[in-house]
Amino acid sequence: MKKYLKLSVFILSLLPFLLIVYKIFLDKLGPEPIKEITHFTGEWTLIFICLTLSMSPLKRFTNLTIWVSFRRMLGLFVFFYATLHLLTYVGLDYRFNWPPILDDVIKKKYIFIGFSAWLLLLPLAITSSKKMMLLLKNNWKKLHRLIYVIAIFGSLHYIWLSKTIFFKPLIYFIIIIILLALRIRIKNRNIKYG
Amino acid sequence: MKKIKFSEVTPEHIYRNRRNFIKKFGLAAGSVFLSQNLNFSADAAPKKEDLKLTEYRYITTYNNYYEFGTGKSDPIEKSQNFKTKPWDVVIDGEVENPMTLSIEEITTMFPSEERVYKLRCVEGWSMIIPWLGFPLNKILKKVSPTSKAKFVKFTSILDPEQMIGQRYPILDWPYKEGLRIDEAMHDLTILVTGLYGKKLPNQNGSPLRLIVPWKYGFKSSKAIVNIKLVEKMPTSSWMKASPREYGFYSNVNPKVDHPRWSQASERAIGEGIISPRIPTTMFNGYGDEVASLYTGMDLKKYF
Repeated sequence: MKKYLKLSVFILSLLPFLLIVYKIFLDKLGPEPIKEITHFTGEWTLIFICLTLSMSPLKRFTNLTIWVSFRRMLGLFVFFYATLHLLTYVGLDYRFNWPPILDDVIKKKYIFIGFSAWLLLLPLAITSSKKMMLLLKNNWKKLHRLIYVIAIFGSLHYIWLSKTIFFKPLIYFIIIIILLALRIRIKNRNIKYG
Repeated sequence: MKKIKFSEVTPEHIYRNRRNFIKKFGLAAGSVFLSQNLNFSADAAPKKEDLKLTEYRYITTYNNYYEFGTGKSDPIEKSQNFKTKPWDVVIDGEVENPMTLSIEEITTMFPSEERVYKLRCVEGWSMIIPWLGFPLNKILKKVSPTSKAKFVKFTSILDPEQMIGQRYPILDWPYKEGLRIDEAMHDLTILVTGLYGKKLPNQNGSPLRLIVPWKYGFKSSKAIVNIKLVEKMPTSSWMKASPREYGFYSNVNPKVDHPRWSQASERAIGEGIISPRIPTTMFNGYGDEVASLYTGMDLKKYF
Protein backbone atom coordinates (compact mmCIF):
# COMPACT_ATOMS: atom_id res chain seq x y z
CA MET A 1 0.00 0.00 0.00
CA LYS A 2 2.68 2.46 1.09
CA LYS A 3 4.70 1.50 -1.96
CA TYR A 4 1.84 2.36 -4.33
CA LEU A 5 1.17 5.64 -2.55
CA LYS A 6 4.79 6.60 -2.92
CA LEU A 7 4.74 5.70 -6.59
CA SER A 8 1.62 7.86 -7.06
CA VAL A 9 3.28 10.81 -5.35
CA PHE A 10 6.32 10.32 -7.59
CA ILE A 11 4.23 10.33 -10.76
CA LEU A 12 2.17 13.33 -9.63
CA SER A 13 5.36 15.23 -8.82
CA LEU A 14 6.65 14.59 -12.32
CA LEU A 15 3.53 16.02 -13.98
CA PRO A 16 4.67 19.67 -13.98
CA PHE A 17 7.90 18.57 -15.66
CA LEU A 18 6.02 16.58 -18.30
CA LEU A 19 3.70 19.53 -18.88
CA ILE A 20 6.55 21.94 -19.56
CA VAL A 21 8.30 19.43 -21.85
CA TYR A 22 5.05 19.03 -23.76
CA LYS A 23 4.69 22.80 -24.05
CA ILE A 24 8.27 23.19 -25.27
CA PHE A 25 7.91 20.59 -28.00
CA LEU A 26 4.52 21.80 -29.18
CA ASP A 27 5.62 25.42 -29.10
CA LYS A 28 2.88 26.42 -26.68
CA LEU A 29 4.91 28.80 -24.55
CA GLY A 30 3.96 32.07 -26.23
CA PRO A 31 6.08 35.08 -27.15
CA GLU A 32 8.62 34.73 -24.32
CA PRO A 33 9.15 30.98 -23.96
CA ILE A 34 12.32 31.15 -21.84
CA LYS A 35 10.73 33.53 -19.36
CA GLU A 36 7.77 31.17 -19.25
CA ILE A 37 9.98 28.15 -18.46
CA THR A 38 11.90 30.14 -15.86
CA HIS A 39 8.75 31.26 -14.08
CA PHE A 40 7.16 27.83 -14.32
CA THR A 41 10.10 25.90 -12.84
CA GLY A 42 10.63 28.62 -10.22
CA GLU A 43 7.06 28.52 -9.04
CA TRP A 44 7.03 24.71 -8.86
CA THR A 45 10.20 24.82 -6.77
CA LEU A 46 8.34 27.02 -4.27
CA ILE A 47 5.30 24.74 -4.36
CA PHE A 48 7.47 21.70 -3.60
CA ILE A 49 9.19 23.58 -0.77
CA CYS A 50 5.73 24.20 0.72
CA LEU A 51 4.70 20.57 0.18
CA THR A 52 7.89 19.26 1.80
CA LEU A 53 7.37 21.53 4.79
CA SER A 54 3.71 20.46 5.10
CA MET A 55 4.43 16.79 5.74
CA SER A 56 5.34 16.86 9.42
CA PRO A 57 2.50 19.27 10.36
CA LEU A 58 0.14 16.96 8.43
CA LYS A 59 1.42 14.01 10.40
CA ARG A 60 0.65 15.90 13.58
CA PHE A 61 -2.84 16.99 12.57
CA THR A 62 -3.94 13.66 11.11
CA ASN A 63 -2.02 11.31 13.39
CA LEU A 64 -0.89 9.43 10.29
CA THR A 65 2.83 8.69 9.88
CA ILE A 66 2.46 8.05 6.14
CA TRP A 67 3.02 11.75 5.40
CA VAL A 68 6.63 11.82 6.53
CA SER A 69 7.48 8.91 4.26
CA PHE A 70 6.90 11.25 1.27
CA ARG A 71 9.11 13.97 2.70
CA ARG A 72 12.43 12.90 1.27
CA MET A 73 11.04 12.38 -2.23
CA LEU A 74 9.31 15.78 -2.17
CA GLY A 75 12.55 17.35 -0.95
CA LEU A 76 14.39 15.80 -3.87
CA PHE A 77 11.77 17.24 -6.21
CA VAL A 78 12.54 20.67 -4.72
CA PHE A 79 16.14 20.09 -5.81
CA PHE A 80 15.00 18.78 -9.21
CA TYR A 81 12.81 21.80 -10.03
CA ALA A 82 15.31 24.26 -8.52
CA THR A 83 18.04 22.79 -10.72
CA LEU A 84 15.84 23.00 -13.82
CA HIS A 85 15.11 26.61 -12.86
CA LEU A 86 18.81 27.41 -12.48
CA LEU A 87 19.72 25.59 -15.71
CA THR A 88 17.02 27.51 -17.62
CA TYR A 89 18.54 30.77 -16.45
CA VAL A 90 22.20 29.83 -16.87
CA GLY A 91 21.90 27.61 -19.94
CA LEU A 92 18.84 28.53 -21.97
CA ASP A 93 18.70 32.22 -21.15
CA TYR A 94 22.39 33.14 -20.84
CA ARG A 95 23.98 30.28 -22.86
CA PHE A 96 26.57 29.70 -20.13
CA ASN A 97 27.93 33.17 -20.83
CA TRP A 98 29.46 33.61 -17.36
CA PRO A 99 30.41 37.33 -17.13
CA PRO A 100 26.81 38.67 -17.22
CA ILE A 101 25.65 35.82 -14.95
CA LEU A 102 28.32 36.59 -12.35
CA ASP A 103 27.50 40.27 -12.68
CA ASP A 104 23.85 39.46 -11.92
CA VAL A 105 24.75 37.24 -8.94
CA ILE A 106 26.85 40.02 -7.41
CA LYS A 107 24.65 43.01 -8.23
CA LYS A 108 21.08 41.74 -8.11
CA LYS A 109 20.02 40.67 -4.65
CA TYR A 110 17.20 38.44 -5.89
CA ILE A 111 19.65 36.43 -8.00
CA PHE A 112 22.18 36.34 -5.17
CA ILE A 113 19.67 34.93 -2.72
CA GLY A 114 18.18 32.54 -5.27
CA PHE A 115 21.60 31.17 -6.14
CA SER A 116 22.45 30.88 -2.43
CA ALA A 117 19.27 28.88 -1.89
CA TRP A 118 20.29 26.46 -4.64
CA LEU A 119 23.79 26.08 -3.15
CA LEU A 120 22.24 25.26 0.23
CA LEU A 121 20.10 22.59 -1.43
CA LEU A 122 23.22 20.79 -2.69
CA PRO A 123 24.36 19.23 0.62
CA LEU A 124 20.78 18.18 1.34
CA ALA A 125 20.46 16.40 -1.99
CA ILE A 126 23.85 14.74 -1.59
CA THR A 127 23.05 13.46 1.91
CA SER A 128 19.52 12.34 1.14
CA SER A 129 20.26 8.60 1.00
CA LYS A 130 19.64 6.20 3.91
CA LYS A 131 23.37 5.44 3.99
CA MET A 132 24.22 9.10 4.54
CA MET A 133 21.53 9.35 7.17
CA LEU A 134 23.14 6.55 9.17
CA LEU A 135 26.59 7.91 8.59
CA LEU A 136 25.79 11.43 9.80
CA LYS A 137 23.58 10.32 12.72
CA ASN A 138 22.40 13.33 14.72
CA ASN A 139 24.12 15.79 12.43
CA TRP A 140 21.85 14.70 9.59
CA LYS A 141 18.82 16.23 11.24
CA LYS A 142 20.69 19.45 12.01
CA LEU A 143 21.96 19.67 8.44
CA HIS A 144 18.52 19.13 6.97
CA ARG A 145 17.08 22.00 8.97
CA LEU A 146 18.71 24.07 6.23
CA ILE A 147 15.44 23.64 4.35
CA TYR A 148 13.96 26.33 6.64
CA VAL A 149 16.58 28.82 5.48
CA ILE A 150 16.12 27.70 1.88
CA ALA A 151 12.36 28.26 2.13
CA ILE A 152 12.86 31.83 3.38
CA PHE A 153 15.48 32.52 0.71
CA GLY A 154 13.22 31.14 -2.02
CA SER A 155 10.34 33.30 -0.89
CA LEU A 156 12.53 36.44 -0.72
CA HIS A 157 13.87 35.61 -4.18
CA TYR A 158 10.29 35.77 -5.50
CA ILE A 159 9.42 38.96 -3.61
CA TRP A 160 12.53 40.82 -4.74
CA LEU A 161 12.18 39.98 -8.41
CA SER A 162 8.53 41.05 -8.57
CA LYS A 163 7.20 44.48 -9.42
CA THR A 164 5.07 44.43 -6.29
CA ILE A 165 4.64 41.95 -3.44
CA PHE A 166 0.93 41.63 -4.37
CA PHE A 167 -0.30 39.00 -4.51
CA LYS A 168 1.45 35.76 -5.35
CA PRO A 169 4.84 36.55 -3.77
CA LEU A 170 3.03 37.57 -0.57
CA ILE A 171 0.89 34.42 -0.56
CA TYR A 172 3.95 32.15 -0.80
CA PHE A 173 5.68 34.15 1.90
CA ILE A 174 2.72 33.81 4.26
CA ILE A 175 2.35 30.07 3.61
CA ILE A 176 6.06 29.50 4.31
CA ILE A 177 5.95 31.61 7.48
CA ILE A 178 2.94 29.63 8.74
CA LEU A 179 4.63 26.30 7.96
CA LEU A 180 7.74 27.40 9.84
CA ALA A 181 5.73 28.81 12.75
CA LEU A 182 4.02 25.45 13.19
CA ARG A 183 7.44 23.96 13.85
CA ILE A 184 8.29 26.41 16.59
CA ARG A 185 5.23 25.18 18.43
CA ILE A 186 6.24 21.57 17.95
CA LYS A 187 9.64 22.28 19.39
CA ASN A 188 8.32 24.15 22.41
CA ARG A 189 6.06 21.22 23.16
CA ASN A 190 8.98 18.88 22.92
CA ILE A 191 10.87 20.95 25.44
CA LYS A 192 7.93 21.04 27.84
CA TYR A 193 7.01 17.41 27.65
CA GLY A 194 10.41 15.98 26.88
CA MET B 1 -20.54 45.85 -41.48
CA LYS B 2 -18.09 46.73 -44.18
CA LYS B 3 -16.50 43.65 -45.64
CA ILE B 4 -12.98 43.51 -46.94
CA LYS B 5 -12.22 41.00 -49.63
CA PHE B 6 -9.40 38.64 -48.82
CA SER B 7 -7.63 39.73 -52.01
CA GLU B 8 -7.46 43.26 -50.66
CA VAL B 9 -5.44 42.25 -47.64
CA THR B 10 -1.77 41.58 -48.06
CA PRO B 11 -0.93 38.21 -46.50
CA GLU B 12 1.53 38.64 -43.67
CA HIS B 13 4.32 36.54 -45.21
CA ILE B 14 4.25 38.54 -48.45
CA TYR B 15 4.06 41.72 -46.43
CA ARG B 16 7.09 40.62 -44.42
CA ASN B 17 9.08 39.76 -47.53
CA ARG B 18 8.23 43.06 -49.15
CA ARG B 19 9.38 44.88 -46.05
CA ASN B 20 12.61 42.93 -46.13
CA PHE B 21 13.34 44.17 -49.62
CA ILE B 22 12.60 47.78 -48.71
CA LYS B 23 14.62 47.48 -45.53
CA LYS B 24 17.66 46.15 -47.33
CA PHE B 25 17.39 48.93 -49.85
CA GLY B 26 16.92 51.53 -47.12
CA LEU B 27 19.83 50.23 -45.09
CA ALA B 28 22.14 50.21 -48.11
CA ALA B 29 21.50 53.93 -48.42
CA GLY B 30 21.93 54.28 -44.67
CA SER B 31 25.33 52.60 -44.63
CA VAL B 32 26.75 55.23 -46.97
CA PHE B 33 25.72 57.76 -44.38
CA LEU B 34 27.19 55.66 -41.57
CA SER B 35 30.59 55.37 -43.20
CA GLN B 36 30.89 59.13 -43.01
CA ASN B 37 30.24 59.11 -39.27
CA LEU B 38 32.85 56.68 -38.02
CA ASN B 39 32.87 58.26 -34.57
CA PHE B 40 29.46 56.87 -33.82
CA SER B 41 29.88 53.44 -35.37
CA ALA B 42 29.46 51.75 -31.97
CA ASP B 43 25.95 53.13 -31.73
CA ALA B 44 25.03 52.32 -35.31
CA ALA B 45 21.39 51.80 -36.25
CA PRO B 46 20.07 48.23 -35.81
CA LYS B 47 21.71 45.87 -38.28
CA LYS B 48 19.85 44.24 -41.11
CA GLU B 49 19.65 40.82 -39.44
CA ASP B 50 18.23 42.40 -36.29
CA LEU B 51 15.38 43.88 -38.27
CA LYS B 52 13.41 40.73 -38.93
CA LEU B 53 9.85 41.87 -38.33
CA THR B 54 8.11 40.47 -35.26
CA GLU B 55 4.98 38.54 -36.19
CA TYR B 56 1.72 40.49 -36.14
CA ARG B 57 0.16 38.04 -33.67
CA TYR B 58 2.88 38.76 -31.09
CA ILE B 59 2.77 42.54 -31.57
CA THR B 60 -0.97 42.50 -30.97
CA THR B 61 -1.24 39.94 -28.14
CA TYR B 62 1.77 40.70 -25.93
CA ASN B 63 1.20 44.21 -24.64
CA ASN B 64 1.78 46.39 -21.62
CA TYR B 65 -1.25 48.66 -21.40
CA TYR B 66 -2.16 48.92 -17.73
CA GLU B 67 -5.39 50.80 -18.48
CA PHE B 68 -6.75 47.39 -19.45
CA GLY B 69 -4.94 45.36 -16.77
CA THR B 70 -1.39 44.43 -15.83
CA GLY B 71 -1.24 41.05 -17.61
CA LYS B 72 0.30 40.84 -21.07
CA SER B 73 -2.88 39.39 -22.58
CA ASP B 74 -5.25 41.76 -20.74
CA PRO B 75 -5.04 44.49 -23.41
CA ILE B 76 -6.25 42.29 -26.28
CA GLU B 77 -8.87 40.62 -24.11
CA LYS B 78 -10.30 43.76 -22.51
CA SER B 79 -9.92 46.46 -25.16
CA GLN B 80 -12.02 45.12 -28.00
CA ASN B 81 -15.08 47.26 -27.20
CA PHE B 82 -13.06 50.40 -26.53
CA LYS B 83 -14.55 53.31 -28.51
CA THR B 84 -12.04 55.25 -30.60
CA LYS B 85 -14.68 57.30 -32.42
CA PRO B 86 -15.39 60.13 -31.95
CA TRP B 87 -11.92 61.12 -30.79
CA ASP B 88 -10.52 64.61 -30.33
CA VAL B 89 -6.97 65.56 -29.58
CA VAL B 90 -6.30 68.94 -27.97
CA ILE B 91 -2.95 70.51 -28.75
CA ASP B 92 -2.44 73.52 -26.50
CA GLY B 93 -0.29 75.13 -23.83
CA GLU B 94 2.63 77.37 -24.80
CA VAL B 95 1.57 77.73 -28.45
CA GLU B 96 0.43 80.53 -30.78
CA ASN B 97 -2.49 78.57 -32.27
CA PRO B 98 -4.00 75.96 -29.97
CA MET B 99 -6.05 73.39 -31.87
CA THR B 100 -8.56 70.64 -31.31
CA LEU B 101 -8.35 68.06 -34.07
CA SER B 102 -10.51 65.01 -34.59
CA ILE B 103 -8.71 61.78 -35.40
CA GLU B 104 -10.14 61.98 -38.94
CA GLU B 105 -8.68 65.47 -39.39
CA ILE B 106 -5.32 64.25 -38.11
CA THR B 107 -5.16 61.32 -40.54
CA THR B 108 -6.08 63.52 -43.51
CA MET B 109 -3.84 66.47 -42.56
CA PHE B 110 -0.80 64.29 -41.86
CA PRO B 111 -0.39 61.41 -44.29
CA SER B 112 1.11 58.31 -42.72
CA GLU B 113 4.36 56.75 -43.80
CA GLU B 114 5.80 53.42 -42.75
CA ARG B 115 8.55 53.33 -40.14
CA VAL B 116 10.17 50.04 -39.13
CA TYR B 117 11.42 50.58 -35.59
CA LYS B 118 12.79 48.43 -32.85
CA LEU B 119 10.73 48.70 -29.67
CA ARG B 120 12.73 47.97 -26.51
CA CYS B 121 10.66 47.40 -23.40
CA VAL B 122 12.14 48.33 -20.03
CA GLU B 123 11.36 44.75 -18.97
CA GLY B 124 14.11 43.41 -21.23
CA TRP B 125 12.41 42.32 -24.45
CA SER B 126 12.15 43.83 -27.92
CA MET B 127 10.09 43.69 -31.09
CA ILE B 128 10.62 44.98 -34.62
CA ILE B 129 7.43 46.75 -35.65
CA PRO B 130 6.35 48.33 -38.95
CA TRP B 131 4.41 51.37 -37.71
CA LEU B 132 2.30 53.72 -39.77
CA GLY B 133 2.65 57.29 -38.60
CA PHE B 134 4.02 60.76 -39.14
CA PRO B 135 6.60 62.88 -37.34
CA LEU B 136 5.24 64.59 -34.23
CA ASN B 137 7.04 67.77 -35.32
CA LYS B 138 4.55 68.19 -38.18
CA ILE B 139 1.69 68.64 -35.75
CA LEU B 140 3.80 70.75 -33.37
CA LYS B 141 4.81 73.13 -36.16
CA LYS B 142 1.13 73.65 -37.01
CA VAL B 143 0.41 75.08 -33.56
CA SER B 144 3.62 77.20 -33.44
CA PRO B 145 5.22 76.65 -30.03
CA THR B 146 6.25 79.83 -28.19
CA SER B 147 9.72 80.40 -26.75
CA LYS B 148 8.41 79.18 -23.38
CA ALA B 149 7.68 75.70 -24.79
CA LYS B 150 10.52 73.67 -23.26
CA PHE B 151 8.73 70.35 -22.82
CA VAL B 152 5.80 68.44 -24.27
CA LYS B 153 3.34 66.69 -21.99
CA PHE B 154 1.21 63.83 -23.34
CA THR B 155 -2.00 62.87 -21.58
CA SER B 156 -3.88 59.68 -22.40
CA ILE B 157 -7.61 59.19 -22.07
CA LEU B 158 -9.25 58.83 -18.64
CA ASP B 159 -12.24 56.52 -18.93
CA PRO B 160 -12.59 53.97 -16.12
CA GLU B 161 -15.97 52.93 -17.57
CA GLN B 162 -14.22 51.48 -20.59
CA MET B 163 -10.77 50.86 -19.12
CA ILE B 164 -10.99 48.34 -16.34
CA GLY B 165 -7.42 48.92 -15.15
CA GLN B 166 -8.18 52.57 -14.38
CA ARG B 167 -10.57 51.47 -11.63
CA TYR B 168 -7.53 50.51 -9.57
CA PRO B 169 -4.82 52.89 -8.36
CA ILE B 170 -2.04 51.05 -10.20
CA LEU B 171 -0.76 54.34 -11.65
CA ASP B 172 -1.70 57.99 -11.37
CA TRP B 173 -4.45 58.02 -14.02
CA PRO B 174 -4.73 59.32 -16.68
CA TYR B 175 -1.39 58.12 -18.02
CA LYS B 176 1.02 61.02 -18.40
CA GLU B 177 4.32 61.16 -20.23
CA GLY B 178 6.69 63.83 -21.40
CA LEU B 179 9.52 64.72 -23.76
CA ARG B 180 11.96 67.58 -23.96
CA ILE B 181 11.04 69.87 -26.88
CA ASP B 182 14.09 68.87 -28.94
CA GLU B 183 13.25 65.18 -28.43
CA ALA B 184 9.67 65.86 -29.48
CA MET B 185 10.79 67.78 -32.58
CA HIS B 186 13.19 65.02 -33.64
CA ASP B 187 12.33 63.36 -36.93
CA LEU B 188 12.40 59.85 -35.44
CA THR B 189 9.63 60.74 -32.96
CA ILE B 190 6.32 59.80 -34.53
CA LEU B 191 2.63 59.77 -33.84
CA VAL B 192 1.24 56.40 -34.86
CA THR B 193 -2.14 55.48 -36.34
CA GLY B 194 -1.43 51.99 -37.67
CA LEU B 195 0.85 48.98 -37.89
CA TYR B 196 1.54 46.28 -40.47
CA GLY B 197 -0.33 48.40 -43.02
CA LYS B 198 -3.54 48.23 -41.00
CA LYS B 199 -5.42 50.46 -38.58
CA LEU B 200 -3.85 50.50 -35.13
CA PRO B 201 -5.50 47.79 -32.97
CA ASN B 202 -7.07 48.97 -29.70
CA GLN B 203 -4.57 47.03 -27.61
CA ASN B 204 -1.67 48.88 -29.27
CA GLY B 205 -2.96 52.34 -28.34
CA SER B 206 -5.58 53.21 -30.94
CA PRO B 207 -6.48 55.68 -32.28
CA LEU B 208 -3.31 57.73 -31.70
CA ARG B 209 -0.12 56.84 -29.89
CA LEU B 210 3.43 58.07 -29.65
CA ILE B 211 6.60 56.19 -30.61
CA VAL B 212 10.04 57.35 -29.48
CA PRO B 213 12.26 54.50 -30.67
CA TRP B 214 15.40 55.34 -28.65
CA LYS B 215 13.52 55.30 -25.34
CA TYR B 216 11.99 52.42 -23.37
CA GLY B 217 8.51 51.51 -24.58
CA PHE B 218 6.59 53.03 -21.67
CA LYS B 219 7.60 56.54 -22.85
CA SER B 220 5.40 56.02 -25.90
CA SER B 221 1.93 57.02 -24.65
CA LYS B 222 -1.19 55.31 -26.00
CA ALA B 223 -4.69 56.67 -26.71
CA ILE B 224 -3.53 60.30 -26.52
CA VAL B 225 -6.12 63.05 -25.99
CA ASN B 226 -3.91 65.99 -25.11
CA ILE B 227 -0.53 67.23 -26.31
CA LYS B 228 0.44 70.20 -24.18
CA LEU B 229 3.54 72.33 -24.63
CA VAL B 230 4.83 73.39 -21.24
CA GLU B 231 7.68 75.31 -19.65
CA LYS B 232 8.52 72.93 -16.79
CA MET B 233 9.50 69.28 -16.99
CA PRO B 234 6.31 67.24 -16.59
CA THR B 235 6.15 64.36 -14.10
CA SER B 236 5.17 61.15 -15.83
CA SER B 237 2.90 58.55 -14.25
CA TRP B 238 5.82 56.12 -13.94
CA MET B 239 8.14 58.71 -12.38
CA LYS B 240 5.44 59.33 -9.79
CA ALA B 241 4.93 55.61 -9.18
CA SER B 242 8.63 54.80 -8.69
CA PRO B 243 11.16 57.62 -9.17
CA ARG B 244 14.03 55.25 -8.33
CA GLU B 245 13.15 52.92 -11.19
CA TYR B 246 11.85 55.25 -13.90
CA GLY B 247 13.45 58.55 -14.83
CA PHE B 248 12.19 61.31 -17.10
CA TYR B 249 14.58 60.50 -19.95
CA SER B 250 14.42 56.69 -19.91
CA ASN B 251 16.73 56.40 -22.89
CA VAL B 252 17.63 52.82 -23.74
CA ASN B 253 21.02 52.38 -22.11
CA PRO B 254 22.74 49.00 -21.60
CA LYS B 255 25.04 50.56 -18.99
CA VAL B 256 22.33 51.80 -16.66
CA ASP B 257 20.61 48.86 -14.97
CA HIS B 258 17.07 48.85 -13.76
CA PRO B 259 17.33 48.48 -9.95
CA ARG B 260 15.96 44.94 -10.24
CA TRP B 261 17.52 43.65 -13.44
CA SER B 262 20.29 44.23 -15.95
CA GLN B 263 19.60 46.18 -19.15
CA ALA B 264 22.70 44.87 -20.93
CA SER B 265 20.81 42.41 -23.11
CA GLU B 266 17.31 41.66 -24.31
CA ARG B 267 15.13 38.89 -25.74
CA ALA B 268 13.65 39.21 -29.20
CA ILE B 269 9.96 38.36 -28.97
CA GLY B 270 8.77 35.36 -30.94
CA GLU B 271 12.20 33.90 -31.61
CA GLY B 272 11.68 30.70 -29.64
CA ILE B 273 13.92 29.02 -27.10
CA ILE B 274 16.71 28.33 -29.57
CA SER B 275 17.71 31.92 -30.24
CA PRO B 276 20.08 33.60 -27.78
CA ARG B 277 19.68 36.95 -26.06
CA ILE B 278 20.81 39.95 -28.08
CA PRO B 279 22.98 42.72 -26.67
CA THR B 280 21.11 45.95 -25.99
CA THR B 281 22.60 48.92 -27.80
CA MET B 282 22.89 52.52 -26.62
CA PHE B 283 19.79 54.52 -27.60
CA ASN B 284 18.32 51.24 -28.90
CA GLY B 285 20.61 51.53 -31.95
CA TYR B 286 19.51 55.06 -32.88
CA GLY B 287 22.61 56.75 -31.43
CA ASP B 288 23.72 58.18 -34.78
CA GLU B 289 20.52 60.14 -34.97
CA VAL B 290 19.95 61.12 -31.34
CA ALA B 291 23.20 60.99 -29.33
CA SER B 292 23.83 64.68 -30.07
CA LEU B 293 20.68 65.61 -28.10
CA TYR B 294 22.44 64.55 -24.93
CA THR B 295 25.97 65.91 -25.43
CA GLY B 296 27.57 66.67 -22.07
CA MET B 297 24.78 65.08 -20.05
CA ASP B 298 25.53 62.44 -17.44
CA LEU B 299 23.11 59.75 -18.61
CA LYS B 300 23.63 57.74 -15.42
CA LYS B 301 22.28 60.67 -13.43
CA TYR B 302 19.61 61.66 -15.95
CA PHE B 303 18.38 58.14 -16.59
